[in-house]
Parts: sequence; C-alpha cells; structure tokens
Amino acid sequence: MTPRRLTLVLAGLGIALVAAAVAALFVGSAGVTPAQVLAVLTGRSPAEGVERVVVLELRLPRIAAAVLAGAALAVAGAGFQALTRNPLADPSVLGVSSGAAFGAVLGQLVGLGSTVMDSLGLASFAFVGALAAGVVVYLVASTAGGLPVHSLLLAGVIVGIFFSAAITVLISLIDVNRLGGVIFWLLGNLSPLPAAPLAVFASVAVAGGWLIVGRARQLNVLALGEEAALQLGVDATGLARRVFVGAALLTGTVVAFVGPIGFVGLIVPHALRMVLGPDNRMILPAAGLAGGVFLLLADTLARNVMAPSELSVGVITAFCGAPFFIYLMRSRTALVTRL
Amino acid sequence: MTPVVEARAVAFRYPSAASDRRAFALDDVSFALSPGEIATVIGPNASGKTTLVRLLSRVLVPVRGTIALEGEDVARLVRAEVARRVAVVPQDVPAGFPYTVEETVLMGRLPHGPGRFFETPEDRAAAVAAMAATEVTALAAEPLARLSGGERQRVILARALAQRPRLLVLDEPTAHLDLRHQVEVVALLRRLNAESGVTVLLVSHDLNLAAEVSHRILLMAAGRLVRTGPPDAVLDATLLESVYGCRIAVDRRPGSHRPEVHLIWPPRATSSPGARPPRAT
Repeated sequence: MTPRRLTLVLAGLGIALVAAAVAALFVGSAGVTPAQVLAVLTGRSPAEGVERVVVLELRLPRIAAAVLAGAALAVAGAGFQALTRNPLADPSVLGVSSGAAFGAVLGQLVGLGSTVMDSLGLASFAFVGALAAGVVVYLVASTAGGLPVHSLLLAGVIVGIFFSAAITVLISLIDVNRLGGVIFWLLGNLSPLPAAPLAVFASVAVAGGWLIVGRARQLNVLALGEEAALQLGVDATGLARRVFVGAALLTGTVVAFVGPIGFVGLIVPHALRMVLGPDNRMILPAAGLAGGVFLLLADTLARNVMAPSELSVGVITAFCGAPFFIYLMRSRTALVTRL
Repeated sequence: MTPVVEARAVAFRYPSAASDRRAFALDDVSFALSPGEIATVIGPNASGKTTLVRLLSRVLVPVRGTIALEGEDVARLVRAEVARRVAVVPQDVPAGFPYTVEETVLMGRLPHGPGRFFETPEDRAAAVAAMAATEVTALAAEPLARLSGGERQRVILARALAQRPRLLVLDEPTAHLDLRHQVEVVALLRRLNAESGVTVLLVSHDLNLAAEVSHRILLMAAGRLVRTGPPDAVLDATLLESVYGCRIAVDRRPGSHRPEVHLIWPPRATSSPGARPPRAT
C-alpha cells in the first residue's frame, strides 16, 4: 500500500463525512427551514431564536457524538478482527459492549453525571467493564491451539448474557424516576451531549484509536500466525495487549456516552475490506471515517423515520447488523478466510 | 571465521501444563554453521527439530546454554534484529490468508523498519528482487489463497529472502510438493546459496533430500544431537536403524557419491489383509 492511495481514500471518505454532517444539520423533526439553518450557520439568526438552539445545541452535538461513536466502534471492531483473525469479532458480538454497559450503569448508580470529571469517571467504569469482559471471553475461548472462532463467539454470547443479567440487577436498584433514562441509554441512544463530555469522548477515542492504528503494519503480519509474526520481529503478546486495551478504550467510551450500539464494528470494516482489500493500514483509518458516516446516516434515519417520535440508533444498526451477521456466518468465503 | 549461528550446550523444556504438546526436553545441543553452508536437521517425530527452529528464531528461549548469531547472544538482540539475521520459512500460511503475493513478500521487510508505517523504496526493491529470485513476479497481484501449494511455497520463500537474512531456515520445504516441485525448490535453494552465500538450514524428514543438498547433516533423536557430519558419515544404516526403529538400507548409485537411503518394509503377514486376529478366549 502506498501513502498516495491511503491519502486518496481518506480524502474521499473525509469529504463524504463532511457532506453527511452538513446534510444532517438540515434534517430533523423540528420545523426549521433550510434557510433558517443557513442563517444560523452564517451567524445571521437572532441570538435567542429557537432555530439557533435546534441547530447548535441539539443537532450539532448529536452529529458530533454520532461521528465519534461510529468512528470508535468501527476502529474497535477492525482492531478486534485483526487481533482474533476473525471477521465476526466485534465489541457487541464479543460481549465487550455488555461489560462496558455494566461498568457504565454501575458508574451511573454511584451518581456520576456529566461534568468533565464525572464523564471521565464514567468512561473509566465502562473501560474497566470492557476490559473485564474481554479478558473473560479470551480466557474462556482460548485453547492451547489458539482462539477457535466458534468458542470465541460462544464465549462472547455467554459473557454478554451474564453482564446483561448483572445490569438487570443494578437496574432494579435504580429508583423509578431515573429508570426510563437508563433503559433509553441501554438501547443505544444519541441524545445531544454537553460540550464537556463530548471533549472527553473525543480525547479518549483519539487515544484508543492511536493505540490500534499505530500498529496496523504489525497487525497485518499477525495474519501469518503468531509464530511467524514473532519470527518477523513482532512482539505478538505486547501487540495483542496494546490493541486490546485500545479497543476496550474505544468501546468503553462509546458505551459510557451513547450506550451499547451494536454491529457498527462488524459492518463497516467488512464492507471496506471488500472494496479496499485486507491491509489494516488502510482499513483501520478508513473505518474511522466510514464508521462516522455510517452511524451519522443511521442516526439521521432514526431521528426522522418515525418523526416526531425517535427510534434509538441502536435499533437501526441492529436491524442492519443482524442480517449482515447471518450473511457473514453463512458465506463460506468469509469463514474459510479466517478460520 | 565467526559462525553464522552457534548453539552451545542448549537445553530447553516445554512447561508441561502450558501446552498440549508432549513435554519433552532438548538437551546439550551444540553445533555451529559456517557462512555459506547448507545443513539439514533430520530425526524422527518429536526428536526436537521444530523446537530447535523456534530456539534459533527466538520464539523460545533456552533454559540453559546459549545461541549466538554471528557471535552475538540471541537473548541480547531485539526481536527485529534477530529477524534481520534469521528468516524462517514455514510450511504454509494459515488457511484463508487474505493478502496478495506482493503484500506478503513486503511483510518480510518489517524487521528492517519496525517503526515505519509505510515501506520505503528500498523495501520495494528488496521485495521485487526476492520475487524475481523465486520466480513469482508474474503472480504479484494474486491472493495467496488462489495459488497452488508449490507457488505458495515459493512466495513464502520470497518473503523470507526479502528479510535479507544471513541464515535461512526452512521447515519441511518439500513436504507439500510433488516430485517436480521438489526438484525446483532444491535447485532454487542451491542457486540462492551459490549466488548470495546465504547459510541454509533445512529441517526435513526426507533423508535423500538431505543427502542430495547438504554439506552437513545433523541427526537428532529424543532431544539430542546424535551425530553431525557430512552425509556419508551420518547416513549409516546401523545408526539410522537404531534412531528410527525400523530396517534401513543405505547404498550408492553408480556415478553418484551421495548415499541413498531405502526403507526395508517388514514382510506382509501371511493371513489375508483385513482378517482379524483370532480373539483370545
């Protein structure tokens, strides 16, 4: 892969992302005309106007959250897939999302809110939950011969069920007034985030993404097998730890701020690999941008398809993702490709 | 002259619980390979051949003794430095390996710039030369999964050559190959050895291949080096019979100075094939 090709692809996806974000500013259930949106964007609208609130305080932060969450989930998914050499690996499938959700609910239960320190705390809870779930899945699924795909999926399901049950226990401890909010959040919901948590979200996501993308070339070599990777100078254990921590950070922070949204990490990297080939130096950064576009489109659909009521974006991704997962499982090429 | 690789009283033992492999020891293994030499490790299954390869490439670390690459203790070298000196050619890539020939060969350049995100022009030149040497240039854009076993073997060899190693270790290089491709691989190894002076260490079950290509043969049994020397000295019928536990004849074709090893099959049982032995009452 050449720097030129990477630049071209990323520039193309970047343009698509900006276009989708601008378009999403104009679409919504509130009665704001395109002319009014333009007026807000060019600073010609009244300072106290409703359209200003809708565009700058509702739509814009929501677009930012969707782009960040989509990017983080897609990079985490691509990272898990490269690490496990398995195209079905994804934070939601591996139970890592459930672990993060358990951590985040626990954080909410102890009263963490939306200030900078609180959102950092919430992200830490979710991160630790994601790590714990991932470690358990790994320990359950790994055999001396490696990480067989069926054990991995089964372990992911089991750990996911366990953490869902644990979440139910926590929910029964939450007082009824806050219950609705937590359940809405558990469905994966992109309500507008205040600026402080958004900034925390962005910084943690960048850190997690850097941990993974920076080792893209080593992840390619891992496809030769662990022993061959060692013989090419790759510290396979260190690489696995680093990428795993990165993916857990990404998953944890998404779950903490917008809830456990499934299947983004499955769909986006796979679609990119079909078009761009397997090189992780291309797939990982491209997944960041394409994941942002995908979740932004899904959320815009969720906001408008049943307007004025809203669907959770997690519903849209699950409706796309479940059939896609079945397709991946059934398609022999995909499984033979990585088994 | 400093040996390319030198093992001094190397001992190794697998932690018995940590793997499902039989826990066995490698004990008191000492040998040295000079620059330009072609040597073959032979021995029965579980005699320690694969373990030896893993020790030489620092996948495993000896519990006693030292392994030196060009005079430097391998334990003191960073992994990438080991990979710049020793390239291992495995039998195959994992099933469904998704990369193309060129991408695979370029992976051999990672040890020369482990901190770089992209390959340099020098990396590309080395890959082009390696593909030309193993005659896979025409396949550069093909995914490995679409190639025949013989072609894949040449690609994996090209990847190892792209590492520009001083020592090339090949694990059963002819195991998956038909007769014609075996001949081709042997010819290729000889040519590479003659042209670049790379030291070659083969691991093989094929004793006649060992006799044909090796300057020296290392015979292993139960984790020890039983005998080391030129093919004539190691391929001795009595010695091989005791190591392999079956009847073996060694003779010489007229016009060739190489020994030729034949397995003497045990005589067939007189009862018809498939007949069950009488049951004890």
